[in-house]
Amino acid sequence: MQLDGISLAFGGVRAITHVNLEIGRGEIRAIIGPNGAGKSSIINVISGIYRPEEGKVWIDGKAYNRVPSERLARLGIARTFQNLALFPGLTVLENVALGLSAQLRAGVVEQLLGLGLAGREKNKATAQSLEILDFLGLSDLRNRSIDTLSYGFQKRVELARALVGHPKILLLDEPMAGMTAADKQDMVRLVRAARDEFGTTVVLIEHDLGVVMGISDRIAVFDQGRKIADGSPSEVRNDQSVIDAYIGVVHEDEEEVAHV
Amino acid sequence: MSDASFFLEVLVGGLLAGVMYSLVAIGFVLVYKTSGVLNFAQGSMVLLSALTFVSLLERGIPFWASLLLTLGVMVLLGIAIERVVLRPLVNRPPIVLFMATLGLAYILEGGAQLVWDTEVHGLSLGIDDTPFRVAGVNVSSFDLVAAAIAGGMVLLLTAFFRFTHTGLAFRAAADDQFAALAVGLRLPRIWAAVWIASGIVALITGLLWGARLGVQFSLSQVVLKALPVLMLGGFDSITGAIVGGLLIGAFEKLSEVYVGPYFGGGIESWFAYVIALLFLLVRPSGLFGQKLIERV
Repeated sequence: MQLDGISLAFGGVRAITHVNLEIGRGEIRAIIGPNGAGKSSIINVISGIYRPEEGKVWIDGKAYNRVPSERLARLGIARTFQNLALFPGLTVLENVALGLSAQLRAGVVEQLLGLGLAGREKNKATAQSLEILDFLGLSDLRNRSIDTLSYGFQKRVELARALVGHPKILLLDEPMAGMTAADKQDMVRLVRAARDEFGTTVVLIEHDLGVVMGISDRIAVFDQGRKIADGSPSEVRNDQSVIDAYIGVVHEDEEEVAHV
Repeated sequence: MSDASFFLEVLVGGLLAGVMYSLVAIGFVLVYKTSGVLNFAQGSMVLLSALTFVSLLERGIPFWASLLLTLGVMVLLGIAIERVVLRPLVNRPPIVLFMATLGLAYILEGGAQLVWDTEVHGLSLGIDDTPFRVAGVNVSSFDLVAAAIAGGMVLLLTAFFRFTHTGLAFRAAADDQFAALAVGLRLPRIWAAVWIASGIVALITGLLWGARLGVQFSLSQVVLKALPVLMLGGFDSITGAIVGGLLIGAFEKLSEVYVGPYFGGGIESWFAYVIALLFLLVRPSGLFGQKLIERV
């Protein structure tokens, strides 16, 4: 996947300016930057929520001016949201199974009778959902309704729902935001395990530089809508423009989070 | 007749009347369960479908052809409502949608009577409505057919919502629209399907109630019978609709017979509301309704 010269503006405010970003298959690619750097805008361009003024998004060798967000799941792209987008009244298992909606084909009548295709699909969907719950350590919670879970577990359920269809590309919008340190460690481990297990390409938006350093193959650093550095964690860490623009504020940000 | 068998007689009569209320209530539950909106137009859809069917029948079109044509009308209506009424109101608060269904109710009532007429039409479905005795209790095969149809609908809908992925998607769409879009559910399709389904339920209700009362304007008022049922059973539970219907039917008849004389009779028409209101104090979300947890 590749972003090619993407620019985006809201009214007169430029959100992203001429961004090129290349994402390799099976790679964990972090995008970091301070608030307002354009990180979420990039995820929203990739998932088709925003249409960029300029530039193209390449997915699997096809170029899109606007990624068709309604067909995202069928393109093999799954995402999580900065503010959770779960079904609070449904159970964990139901939430996760809904991640397979785009892949099921059987008609309603077939489903009611449980015949042929519908029966096979249902068995496969249940097996796949249970498997991913097990993988993410959520098996015991499968019949709990979402609104009874802690924030950290809700984030984990959202990850499970995104992963259940074995997407080619997984977009994570601040998956560790608001989590406790222990939950963050778990999340890092799970994201990495998911990549290793399913070969998923992960695009990870994060605020927390420490988290990103340990998990990413490559990191792109953004500031004020521009990419200011791109490379391996150690390259980025030693980049003077990154230190100037970003590292200085990290500490402050982290403290803020810790105090909330 | 002994007291016990008289009581039984009244009870069975009440339960069977209650089945008829459940039919109306199910139509409400369908829309409420999937979009969180009380569809005030359900009664008008009952009137529209019954009036369309009986008018086609009177123009010499055979029974099954009339039924299919009316079914077609209700399907088109469901699609039209999604396109014209619901789609422009996406993301509006439920009260706006409720007002829209209120408007829709008047348009459908007016439209139905403009296209057809305002006469009272007799409707015969060819089901015998003369009572016969089973174990000392009077029942009619009409009541039994109505009960069987209601039971069948409840089973079908419950199985749909509980065991199919599409049913799960419908519940999900009602639970959180943003999340529904995020997993790629096609909300317009779901809404159209729900309104088509409630149109079909309205058709079945309209035929059964129409055969009982005659097809006329007052048919749209059967919604008022469904409200206490919904309060009792819960607005979003299919099971609640049937149980609530049976309870209200039984309460109504028993109270008319045993309590009525103290008030000089005629309490049947309003006593159900008293029960429903009292019940609201104890369980605001009904017997089977989902409990509302408001976050502050």
